[in-house]
Amino acid sequence: MRDMVSTSSTSGRRWSSLSRPLTLVGLALGPLAVLGVFFVLPVSAMLARGFVVDGSLDVGGVLDVLARPRVHRVLWFTLWSAAAGTVMSLALGLPAAYALYRLDLPLRRPLRALLLVPFALPTVVVGVAFRRLLADSGPLGFLGLDGSAIAIVLGLTFFNAAVVIRAVGTAWEGLDPRPAEAAAALGASPWQVLRTVTLPALKPALVSATSVVFLFCATSFGVVLTLGGLRYSSVETEIYLLTNNLLDLRAAAALSVLQILVVVVLLVVAQRLRATPDPTQERTPPRPRRARRGDVAALVATGLLLVLVLAPMTSLLLGSLRVGDGWGLAAYRALATTGASPGGAEVLAVPVTDALLTSLRTAVDATWMSLLVGLLVAVVVTRHSRGRVERRVRSGLDAVFMLPLGVSAVTVGFGFLIALDEPPLALRDSPLLVPIAQALVALPLVVRTIAPVLGGVDDRQRQAAASLGASPLRAVLTVDLPVVWKPLLAAAGFAFAVSLGEFGATSFLARDDHPTLPVVIYRLLGHPGELNYAMALAASVVLAATTAVVVLAVERLRVPSAGAF
Amino acid sequence: MRRILRRAHRPGTRTITTLVLVTAVTVLAGCSLVGEGDDEPATSPGGSSASPGQEAPREVVLVTHDSFALPKKLVKAFEADSGYELEVRASGDAGALTNKLVLTQDSPTGDVAYGVDNSFASRALDAGVFADSGVTLPDGAADYTLDDGTDRLVPIDTGAVCVNVDTRWFEEQGIPEPETLDDLVEPAYADLFVTPGAATSSPGMAFLLATIAEHGDDWPDYWADLMANGAKLTSGWSDAYYVDFTQGGGDGDRPIVLSYDSSPAFTLTEDGEATTTRALLDTCFRQVEYAGVLAGAANPDGARAVIEWLLSPEVQAALPESMYVFPVVSGVELPEDWARFAEQPTDAYTVDADEITANREQWLTEWTDITSR
Repeated sequence: MRDMVSTSSTSGRRWSSLSRPLTLVGLALGPLAVLGVFFVLPVSAMLARGFVVDGSLDVGGVLDVLARPRVHRVLWFTLWSAAAGTVMSLALGLPAAYALYRLDLPLRRPLRALLLVPFALPTVVVGVAFRRLLADSGPLGFLGLDGSAIAIVLGLTFFNAAVVIRAVGTAWEGLDPRPAEAAAALGASPWQVLRTVTLPALKPALVSATSVVFLFCATSFGVVLTLGGLRYSSVETEIYLLTNNLLDLRAAAALSVLQILVVVVLLVVAQRLRATPDPTQERTPPRPRRARRGDVAALVATGLLLVLVLAPMTSLLLGSLRVGDGWGLAAYRALATTGASPGGAEVLAVPVTDALLTSLRTAVDATWMSLLVGLLVAVVVTRHSRGRVERRVRSGLDAVFMLPLGVSAVTVGFGFLIALDEPPLALRDSPLLVPIAQALVALPLVVRTIAPVLGGVDDRQRQAAASLGASPLRAVLTVDLPVVWKPLLAAAGFAFAVSLGEFGATSFLARDDHPTLPVVIYRLLGHPGELNYAMALAASVVLAATTAVVVLAVERLRVPSAGAF
Repeated sequence: MRRILRRAHRPGTRTITTLVLVTAVTVLAGCSLVGEGDDEPATSPGGSSASPGQEAPREVVLVTHDSFALPKKLVKAFEADSGYELEVRASGDAGALTNKLVLTQDSPTGDVAYGVDNSFASRALDAGVFADSGVTLPDGAADYTLDDGTDRLVPIDTGAVCVNVDTRWFEEQGIPEPETLDDLVEPAYADLFVTPGAATSSPGMAFLLATIAEHGDDWPDYWADLMANGAKLTSGWSDAYYVDFTQGGGDGDRPIVLSYDSSPAFTLTEDGEATTTRALLDTCFRQVEYAGVLAGAANPDGARAVIEWLLSPEVQAALPESMYVFPVVSGVELPEDWARFAEQPTDAYTVDADEITANREQWLTEWTDITSR
């Protein structure tokens, strides 16, 4: 028995010296092809239109654009508002991640789902809901926040705290509690435990979440415009204006290059910070414990976040129930029709219920696509590397799949039109383009949710399984899957919510006979009429409720005996 | 050891079974778009195998903006009468639509485009996006053609962007309502006006154009006065109307808003006998939306048929309630509320389409400087 094991292990090593790089390439090939066709190609096509003027490369013109003082102002605003949004999301998201994943709180699952709902709400609606609260005439008007930078940062936090909670929370949940307990037993204060034991162990997840949130904040479009009252512009809003309104492709290309550069720098920094983690993932997550007196700070922060998230949502809900001067369900009943202006007109081509169905079907596609590709990417980037080159390649791959978050949806959207028009890539009119675009947006979230946990699996467990005769597939199923199952479901919930709420790329690609719910909401909000407004809000409430229910249901799916060990 | 491995094996198998089941159920339940669209030709009336004229394409593709909406029965009637199958590709606003057409000029995304408006028309015309339409204009439509490009862009609908006031508010306050653009800079109307910005909203752009038509090169001074008088800017129309306007259903505190000439038909009193808002007809900018056959279209005959259908009395009559715009063809009956409460301006501001295309960037840059000071 001993002999057999040792022989198979030596021959295995010889075999693996060649097969490892090959497997790496093989696994990465699919995701890379997807990224190449649906991201690199369209974006390059758009950049080429900006750089090439009358058949010759015009770098000088692009550099001139970058020298404009306005561009510097816009870049500066983008960086500091995104940084502020990220800090705020972390400040409220981390305590909430702790409270909702480590403490045995009542209703913690529904609360987790609830906090993800903002992801699925279109910014137009949230903007209106936020502004109805913050406007001088609104209930919070006395704060004077309408159109201020603070309102923008609050809006960014509203949307992004969920990323911190989910990405860090799932890692925190599976964290071995014993080192922290040992530290406490040795006399460390709770703060010392957090700083010296817990946070270092969470570092990979923390860095992941931070970089994703920063990218989301830096490329947020609707929040900056709606809540900033046009006083502020970011690189993203500037690219939109230049491309969509002015068709100034050269200036847009210049800003896109700037955007990509910022993203690359950020990713390199994040990569440096994300040190190889200790194998700290427990196969059986420790049971959440009851809240103690020391948890008050975390609970207060969670409460604050809930208020921030619930206030605009409550405003939405109340608005959807307003009928004239009273209350009622008229708007919800009208959802089954095609919209009703006074004369009984057809505002929408399809009833809102159909749009919900389209949204759900699109979201299912976007979810499986992003999970499939995301899982492959996560596996490739987290396997233990041998040698510097391999490690470099892996972390490079990791960063490459984050890029779609950092590039403007307008650029990618127009890029689809000009790059994917001819066979074999005549895909621009395919109904699958919408879920594919949404999957690309969700992909970094999926990777960043799964990878930190997968990276925490002790490679020796896999080796042990292999030396005991388990096939690679079986090793994955027995070693990795139980650990990665929960983050995988969390990622699925993420992808689903992102897809349900995605508007930028979708409005660009959606076809009229099958509009998604956010597109319909946008259209309802674009016309006068009390019922139209109430219907837009009612549709948003339906979207929010659907998201919450689906996310809850997805998280209920579990490996039946993940706790068998 | 072996026992542990065998035990460990079980959850894996079960998980896979669960996954396969979940996937199968969702796909079977039709919760996926995979496979959509492939079956369309098979169900089309008079599929290619049945028709004797193998050469003529049966499908015609209409590219339009995402405000496009027409009753299904009109589409069905078109398909039955013409024998074409109409595929609508709607996305983005008028600006996005125009740019899309310009960018895909070498391989157009459809046969016919509808929704390019007078503020973007010359960008599309200059780029050579449209071919001669060959459509004869019905009575009335000729009033809305462009000076240049009449042969290529056919007017389909019109509407005007006008300043609206809350008549009830002014009555209660005992202040006379404003009437003109110049009134808006009077101290009596300080802090009462809200408008979407020109850079981010197409009605906002139309309002900027109205002020340019009125004040010519002096428009920056007018805007400086307007901002000094406490005008409020929002990013989009819905924001201005539903949050800040006093008749937008919320707690808005501004009784003057930029909206459309048709908006008063949507703010009726409960008995439906009166409206609580009024469009100031001396402040309006005329918007016209056009349709055209795309150069290089696969089905130019079908494209022409679509334009003729858009000009037909049935579609023209459906425009107000489906897309909130007025028909261009004369003699088309308006819905009752529109006929009573939506008054069209007789003499709206206009700016030459060429001039808009030539100056858009400079105007917007200057406007942004003034408004973000």
